[in-house]
Formats: sequence, C-alpha cells, structure tokens
Amino acid sequence: MAQTESEIVQEIGADYGTKYGFSNPDEAKDYFFKSGRGLSHELVDAISAHKDEPEWMRKFRHKSLDYFNARPMPTWGGMPSLTEIDFENIFYYIKPTENQVNSWEDLPADIKDTWDKLGIPEAEKKYLAGVGAQYESEVVYHKLQESLEKQGVLFLDTDTALREHEDVFKQYFGTIIPQNDNKFAALNSAVWSGGSFIYVPKGVHIELPLQAYFRINAENMGQFERTLIIVDEDAYVHYVEGCTAPIYSSDSLHSAVVEIVVKKGGRCRYTTIQNWSNNVYNLVTKRAVAEQNATMEWVDGNLGSKLTMKYPAIWLMGDGAHGEVLSIAFAGKGQHQDAGGKCVHAAPNTTSVITSKSISKNGGRAGYRGLLEVAKGARGAKSKVVCDALILDDESRSDTYPYIRIDENDVNIGHEATVSKIGEEQLFYLMSRGLNEAEASAMVVSGFVEPITKELPLEYAVEMNRLIQLQMEGSVG
Amino acid sequence: MAKLELKNLHVALEDGTPIVKGVDLTIASGEVHAIMGPNGSGKSTLAYAIAGHPAYEITEGQIVLDGVDITEAGADERAQAGLFLAFQYPHAIPGVTVTNFLRQAINAVRKARNGGVDNPMPVPEFRKAFLAKMDDLKVSRELASRYLNDGFSGGEKKRVEILQMAMLEPKIAVLDETDSGLDIDALKVVAEGVQQLVGPNMGALVITHYQRILNYIKPDFVHVFVDGRIVEQGGSELAEKLEVSGYEEWEVKEEVHA
Ligand SMILES: Nc1ncnc2c1ncn2[C@@H]1O[C@H](COP(=O)(O)OP(=O)(O)OP(=O)(O)O)[C@@H](O)[C@H]1O
Ligand SMILES: [Mg+2]
Repeated sequence: MAQTESEIVQEIGADYGTKYGFSNPDEAKDYFFKSGRGLSHELVDAISAHKDEPEWMRKFRHKSLDYFNARPMPTWGGMPSLTEIDFENIFYYIKPTENQVNSWEDLPADIKDTWDKLGIPEAEKKYLAGVGAQYESEVVYHKLQESLEKQGVLFLDTDTALREHEDVFKQYFGTIIPQNDNKFAALNSAVWSGGSFIYVPKGVHIELPLQAYFRINAENMGQFERTLIIVDEDAYVHYVEGCTAPIYSSDSLHSAVVEIVVKKGGRCRYTTIQNWSNNVYNLVTKRAVAEQNATMEWVDGNLGSKLTMKYPAIWLMGDGAHGEVLSIAFAGKGQHQDAGGKCVHAAPNTTSVITSKSISKNGGRAGYRGLLEVAKGARGAKSKVVCDALILDDESRSDTYPYIRIDENDVNIGHEATVSKIGEEQLFYLMSRGLNEAEASAMVVSGFVEPITKELPLEYAVEMNRLIQLQMEGSVG
Repeated sequence: MAKLELKNLHVALEDGTPIVKGVDLTIASGEVHAIMGPNGSGKSTLAYAIAGHPAYEITEGQIVLDGVDITEAGADERAQAGLFLAFQYPHAIPGVTVTNFLRQAINAVRKARNGGVDNPMPVPEFRKAFLAKMDDLKVSRELASRYLNDGFSGGEKKRVEILQMAMLEPKIAVLDETDSGLDIDALKVVAEGVQQLVGPNMGALVITHYQRILNYIKPDFVHVFVDGRIVEQGGSELAEKLEVSGYEEWEVKEEVHA
C-alpha cells in the first residue's frame, strides 16, 4: 500500500494551474441558460420557474432571500475578507446543458474534456459505486450502479429528487439546517441548485463510495448546491465530494448546504476533498443528525479556496450515537481556512471525537474553530478533541477556538492542543537521505496529517497526499 | 573507486565558536577509518559538517568527493552524490512509515542520479531488496510499517540507520556512534552488515568510543580526535591502546601547547 502511495507522490510535478486551473473560456455563449449578475427576487423567480418547481419551494426561496438580506455579515471567522464579497457581481445560476446524461459520451466535448482531465470517468470505472458531476449550477452527469438501484438506493441530483420524490424530500429538506440558520445557509436556500440526494434503504451497505464532483468553470460564478442524505436503519454509505475551479483574478462563491439524517444503527461517512482555486469563497453549512446507535463521520480536507468557513456538525440525538470529525486545513499564501467541527451530545452514552490538523505556510492562516456541547441529561457522554497545528514559517498563522459547553456532570471530556513547527533537525535528517527541501517538508506534513489520511480509501489518501505535495511546492525558498 | 577528501577542514557553530580546527583526512572505498575521541571533542560536528548540516559552518578548508568540491553543497546534493551519515541521534518523523520514507528517499536519489528525470525503483525490486536487507540486519519486519524512529528503542533506531545505509548504497558512509545503544548480539549483526558493504563500492568512517565494534569492522586506520583535531593516527592496535589508557596523554599535551 505504502509503495503505491509514494510511487504516485513521485509523479508529481504539475501545479494547480495546469492540473485544475484550466477553463473553457469560449463556452459562455454555449450555456443553455445563464442568469444575469446579481441577486434579487426576480432572479429567485427565474430559477424556480426554470426548474418548474412546486409553489412551496418558490415561496421557501423567497423567504430565504429575505432572511439573507436581513441578516448581518458574521463578524467572526472570515473577517475582514468576507466584506469583500461583491454579491452583485456574481452569476447565481448557470445551466450548462439542457439535459442531464448518464453517459459521459453524451456531454458536449469541452465539458466531457473537463471531467476527463479531472479523472472522474476513470475513477468511476475503478472504485466508485456511483457518480454525480456538477458543472456550474447543474448536475450534468449522474449514474448509479444498477445493483444498487435494484436494492432501492436513490442517488440523484437534488432537483430531480424534488421532482420525482417530493414526499420524502419535503419530509427532510430544511429540517436539519433551517433556512435562517445563518446568512449563507439562507443564501443557499434562496438560490440552491444541484447537489446530491441520497436515500439508503434499511440494512443496505454500499461498499464502494458514491462520489460527487463539483466544478466551477465560469468567472464570478456562484455555486449553491444542496445535498440531502438519508441513511435508513442499519444502512451504510460513504459519500465523497471533490471540488476545483479555474484560477481567475476576481472572486467566485461556493456556498453549499448539506443535511444528513442517520437513523438507528446506520452509519454515514462524508469525505470532502476541497481544492477550490484561491479566488473562491467557500462558505458551507454541514450538519448531520445521528439517531440511536448511529454513527456519523465527517472527513473534511480543506486545501484550496481563498476563505473557507466550514464547521461540519453532528447532533447526537439517540442513545449510544457516535460522531467523528476529522479535519485537515491547509492554508498557503493568501488563504484563510477557518475550519473545525461541532458535536452536540443530546442523549445519554453518546460519544464523539474531533481531530483537527491545521497547516499554514507562506503567510496563510489556518485555524480550528470547534464547539463541543453536552446537554443536561446526556449522561455517560464521552468526547475527545485533539487539535494540532503545524506552522511552516514565521509569516503564517494558526488560531484555535475550542468552545466547550457542558451542562451534565456525568461526562468524560478530553481536550488536547499542540502547535509545532517543522524542525530544522527533522528536515536535515530527511535531506541527508537525498530528499530536497520541498520533498522533505512535504514528507513531514503528510506525516502530520496521516492520522486523517489513513482513514481514507487508498485512492483518496493518495489524492490528499498529492494535493499536499502540490501545496508544498514552491513554498520553500 | 570513490574518494572523500577533507582538506584542512574548520567548522564553527552558528555563534562562531570553532569546534573542528583543521582536519585532513582521505577516505577511499574499501577503507575503514575509525575516529575515537573524548566527549565533546567535535566528532559529531565533523560528521554533520561532512553531511552538510546548515547549522555548522565550514569556515576554512574543503570537502571533496571524487574530485568534486562539495563544501558548499546542500545535504540533499551530498546524499545524492553518495554520502551517508548514520546519526548518533536519529530523528523521528511521525506519520511516515519506514517503508514509505525509504522508497521516497531511494527514488529521490535515483532521480538526481538520472539527470533529474524520474526513475523510480520498481515496487517488486524495492520490496525484495528491502525484505532481504531487513532479514540480513535482523530488523524486525514489523518496524517497516512503523513510523520512522517514532517510539523506536535506541537499538532499533541504530539498526534502521544501517538498514537505510544498506538500501541507499552510499559511496562513503559516516557512522556516528552506531554502536552505542546496541546490545552485544545486535552490535555483531550490525557491524558485520557494515563490514559486508565495505569494499570496492564503499568506504566508511566509523566514530566510536569503544574498541568492541572494531572487532567486527576492521579499521585500516584509527584516528585519535581531541579538541577538534586529529592528534594521532595508527592502525587497529591504536584502538586497543586507547581502550586501556584513554585520551589523557593528548589532552594534557593540548593544554601544554595552549
Ligand atoms: N548545535 C550546537 N549548539 C551548541 N553547541 C554545540 C552544538 N553542536 C555541538 N556543540 C558543542 O560542540 C562541541 C562538540 O560537540 P560534538 O557533538 O561534536 O562532540 P562529540 O565529539 O560528538 O561528543 P560525544 O562523544 O559526546 O558524542 C560540544 O562542546 C558541544 O556542546
Ligand atoms: Mg557525538
């Protein structure tokens, strides 16, 4: 296993620009539909009409926009850079193709080419049970293995789910993250488009991961996908999302909402490998509810974006529920990663682990912001929070905000935090074996995040290490 | 045939304190040189300077490997050129397995020797060599998947240093107190492992306090190192003499001269 990994790490030479930063410049004229810039009730109507939505959804969107307009910008986390977002300059809805397809061949050549370059069709063949590929605002490709379809698994884009499964959709949509939860959840609720809808029936274990890939192509694009996952009793799913965008000089915005329900004895793992280009604001709300003896795991790798504010949350609502948040935040030049996790223990014998590893270099700022809450009556709750920061040079910064609120006496809570730098001695040791400085630093960093990458399926562990290597390149001088 | 030449080498700490004060020494492949000297005399400093540690400044003199002046070269370039240092105190790299580390190191060296073009060792070849060398050196296979030096016992670290050496196949190896921390059986295994590598492809500089390791790695030259200088040279009989009488003779002499 280790060999494969290092072998692939050896192949690295490209940078973000050639690997992910390409775009399809002439395509704008070919888009099936493109809204104008700016945010308004007219825009909301246009989106809703375009999608031919039920009236309740149209109303939901309008109300959400009111909430968004009424709420002030958060004054914590991403300030001051948050104030620089120009909401009037953003395209909120772009529909690239008329119809969704389930064969890559049926996509327009340049869009297919994008996915090929990102290696998605290849990955689908090798190790995925299903794939959704979102380009701008819409999921242009979607496919699930037939055997899973037969077992009653639903894996659809969220718009299709609303059309075809309105009852179950309505039962959960917006219940885990209310439309007025925070300013950006409100924005998403107003203009959402695309995302994944997953339902895993009782007792069904999906062995291979389901993957969604989110690609922004246009400049000043706003992508607002909405994901809803329901894992029924004793069922299991591992959902993976990846995201990239071209490098532009002006900013784009990605603001997703992800809601998850894990029922009794079920388990859901949600892995994110976020690698947006450094002009993307990534402001995402993710929350899961775990019922009795259910397990929810967020594995959250944040390597790209200009500013990320994201704190995947787990509400442990049933006796014996278990939650885990594994978070990696890597901030390079001009990047601010405000990442972390939240666990709320609302039932007895619930357990949680939050492990955060943040790395900052070249003036980047990476931090952990976490909340651990134990409600009165959650007897026997256990939690462990570990946050480690690695700072690679003197210009860079790391912050830790570990909020803890405990209203129960019968609990067992552990918290550890460390801050370290790469030691000159470690680097010399590795370099004395023939690794150059960048390779040696990358090795120390990949070792630092190993407790998290080892939790990933091999392909993603390799991908994560590769991205770390990319981040490290040119960082030493 | 490889040749490492130290010419009037002077090394100082970052604050300017001189530690190595003029060393002349030539090590050719097939040769074993032993350096023996009291604590704090500057042996490790000399070893670090040879390996290119950035905190030790070469203030005078030269290091030449196979006719190429590498006095200013980085530690990585020296390793790529064929130098190896077995550390007195190896560092831990948490999260990086011995296997993974070694593979990357080997491939980095191979790339450098291939004119900067990737030339990774095929996985089966690596596996085969790695397992064989682990067995030769009686390194527990379990260590291969542990994190490099992380929580290793003193003896395990030393063995893994020699394992690295065996895998990287250097031209000239500097072994800084590889014997300390090894039990008697391990000492024998490790020393014989080193002895096997010494030959037309490798020469060694063995820094030690004890004559015992030299029973297994036969030194061609023994150098007595006191206060940053080689104060006497001889054959293996010199090591035996030191074992009995220590360094007093030279230390006193130093003081008289000062
Ligand atoms: N990085 C450093 N900072 C401060 N002093 C140093 C440093 N490295 C070496 N020294 C000093 O230089 C002198 C020589 O140290 P060195 O480690 O080279 O000795 P040695 O001969 O290897 O000793 P030993 O036999 O104990 O290993 C000592 O006085 C030591 O304290
Ligand atoms: Mg020493």
